[in-house]
Amino acid sequence: MRRYSAFAIAREGVRYHQGWERAWKSPTPKKKYDVVIVGAGGHGLATAFYLGKNFGITNVAIIEKGWLGGGNTGRNTTIIRSNYLQDPSAAIYEKARSLYETMSQDLNYNVMFSPRGVMMLAQTHHEVRGYQRTAHANALQGVKTEFISPQKVKELVPIMNINGPRYPVLGALWQERAGTARHDAVAWGYARACSDMGMDIIQKCEVTGVDQADGKVTGVQTTLGDIACDKMAIVVAGNSGHLAEMSGFRLPMESVALQALVSEPIKPCMDVVVMANTVHGYMSQSDKGEMVIGGGTDAFNNYTQRGSFHHIEETVRALVETFPMVSRLKMLRQWGGIVDVTGDRSPIISKTPLGNTFINAGWGTGGFKSIPGSGWAMAELVAKGEPGPLAAEFGMNRFTEGRFIDESVAAGVAH
Amino acid sequence: MLVLECPYCGVMADESDLHGGGEAHLKRFGPGSSDDDFETYLFMRKNPKGVHFERWRHVSGCGKWFHAARNTMTLEVYGTYSAQTYEPPQDIIDAVKAKHPEWEGYK
Repeated sequence: MRRYSAFAIAREGVRYHQGWERAWKSPTPKKKYDVVIVGAGGHGLATAFYLGKNFGITNVAIIEKGWLGGGNTGRNTTIIRSNYLQDPSAAIYEKARSLYETMSQDLNYNVMFSPRGVMMLAQTHHEVRGYQRTAHANALQGVKTEFISPQKVKELVPIMNINGPRYPVLGALWQERAGTARHDAVAWGYARACSDMGMDIIQKCEVTGVDQADGKVTGVQTTLGDIACDKMAIVVAGNSGHLAEMSGFRLPMESVALQALVSEPIKPCMDVVVMANTVHGYMSQSDKGEMVIGGGTDAFNNYTQRGSFHHIEETVRALVETFPMVSRLKMLRQWGGIVDVTGDRSPIISKTPLGNTFINAGWGTGGFKSIPGSGWAMAELVAKGEPGPLAAEFGMNRFTEGRFIDESVAAGVAH
Repeated sequence: MLVLECPYCGVMADESDLHGGGEAHLKRFGPGSSDDDFETYLFMRKNPKGVHFERWRHVSGCGKWFHAARNTMTLEVYGTYSAQTYEPPQDIIDAVKAKHPEWEGYK
């Protein structure tokens, strides 16, 4: 792999850009791999990358039914933060956030990580208490957050109306080192690094069945033929239930649509990410100037990658109240992704009832921010067969044992 | 927008007048049941890619709970029916079969 650098741009500049090579190869599948990872989204590719980097396992295939990074990795609002209440969540999301800080250097691929700060507005007294509690918990976890006053909020985001009639801003949970990154670049950077390590990324190849013998996985049937494997990792977000069914087990999970939309590009007006969970809306400004807007999930099971119009209306209505200046913005695009939501709104990184098969799923609405941490933990689980410290609490048996990682109820977070 | 006919008051209700209640016909387990049964009742869901039976409540209308048969892939609605039943009635099953002869049936 030729390294990307300022020198490379200069070199190619004088020879008509003829020397750029493809970022990753498109091989035909081999007959057998040590590890088959189903799903070439951010989490699948990160799992592959850390399998190679941390454990030296490179005889790996990453199988993707669509195109690389075309699912939720390319459909989120690119927010990265780690201000979670519960210790296991804070640990894995903080690991992810810290890996994002050096990702561009680690991958030699500019993922445009922008630690611009994420602000979660407290608009009810209940939320004020909740976020103060989170800030204290974060202090104990070693995650730097603080609870800031409405005046500080106004200072950071002058376009915000903090005296709204219905939901005045009473303060905010502020994480200065949180931010955004270019979502596609994260997938592309990992793909390029994996391909360079000799891993096979096989796109447009759907898994249609799982071969098993003696309670263990032996391979997968795909639209490009059978592929044998020693270990399988299922990292397919919204389609996890489908893959689990093929593997012969069930998951405590449901798939729902989550939507986002972007406005026309405007001049820079807001250089932080603002989330308003009481009214279900969040917004940031992309480098192109578009306001990137997200809201809540739909209330019913759905696999169609589009969502309900009234949810967009609700989100935009809430944002217009908090940011009066957005009321005349035209919206350019709207899209949906299918997120897999568990009973306690926390992910599953776990062994499964089928031997040598591992699952990483249930990230719900918080998948993008966790990509490197999730890949790091999943790689350890796949390589060693047992979860490491980051993944230990996220086993799927926690539902039988009543050992929840209760983020949805305790923190009231929109992920 | 999703529109369901409330089987009680007959109103064609918009999604914003309704509240989704998740998977229908769950078998309930209480004190004394096994851990597995209790986990299945509380957390395990079918989450099918295709025909799905759900509970809905006509929140901004008559306020009653009812059932709906819906497709999670195409968003088509096969029909709604009373909540006073343990499994989908025959006419709903027939309506699904009429559109999807290959459907394996309610289980």
